[in-house]
Amino acid sequence: MDRVPVLPLGDVLLVSIQVDLEDQLALRLQEDLAEKIVATGVHGVIIDITALDIVDSFVGRMLATIASVSRVLDAETVVVGMRPAVAITLVELGLPLRGIRTALNVELGLRMLREARPEAPVEELEPDDTTAAA
Amino acid sequence: MIQAEPSGPVRRQDIVGDDDVVRVRQLVRTVAVETKLTLVDQTKLVTAASELARNTLVHGGGGYAEVQQVTNGRRLGIRIMFADTGPGIPDLDRAFTDGYSTGGGLGLGLSGARRLMDELDLSTEVGKGTVVTAVKWER
Repeated sequence: MDRVPVLPLGDVLLVSIQVDLEDQLALRLQEDLAEKIVATGVHGVIIDITALDIVDSFVGRMLATIASVSRVLDAETVVVGMRPAVAITLVELGLPLRGIRTALNVELGLRMLREARPEAPVEELEPDDTTAAA
Repeated sequence: MIQAEPSGPVRRQDIVGDDDVVRVRQLVRTVAVETKLTLVDQTKLVTAASELARNTLVHGGGGYAEVQQVTNGRRLGIRIMFADTGPGIPDLDRAFTDGYSTGGGLGLGLSGARRLMDELDLSTEVGKGTVVTAVKWER
């Protein structure tokens, strides 16, 4: 595999990282994602790192860069699915990922993005979702 | 000096490209699982190995890693060693400082790896190269 897939999910883009990221693959993902944000006009990106058993400073920096670039392109990024051991290690490494929004899973990440843009018309992704914007 | 006697075979991985950083991580994880480190300790060890392997590649111009199960008589541990024949590190104090980088990174590699490992030794000679040895002990 030489690309991390970037999938439209409702009005956000979902990036599910399923492979041990080589540095070049991480850099390519940054570019692919920026192009797709512009091409689709979405305002939210979810990066699912459930499958990653480590996040080192390189991948941590990639996540921070993606979040910054997305923000410049008017899209918010939420990183979801971080394993507990990865969180402990990242903080001890000295990389607490300040400035990156996180949620425990994709569903909570979607909710976070929706609440970040309450004025935007949002397609219902969950039929039973009755929480209206205040 | 790190006090540790070998208790398993030396496993070696050359580091000449990005994909070798991934291979080092996989090798270290294999030995960590065999040694039955806790999941958090495995994660810290593999993350530190990833940082050090990238240092070897980016700053040292490539080199190799050796991974070995070791013992101090009471506990098992995993020793990881990274060697390059690069430019060496002229200012060690700065190299161990958070945020100091010559490679365009975050400068967390060496200082972060030292925090994640239980012991870390570094020997370097300007113009000759650098060897980093570190151990993670089982709890």
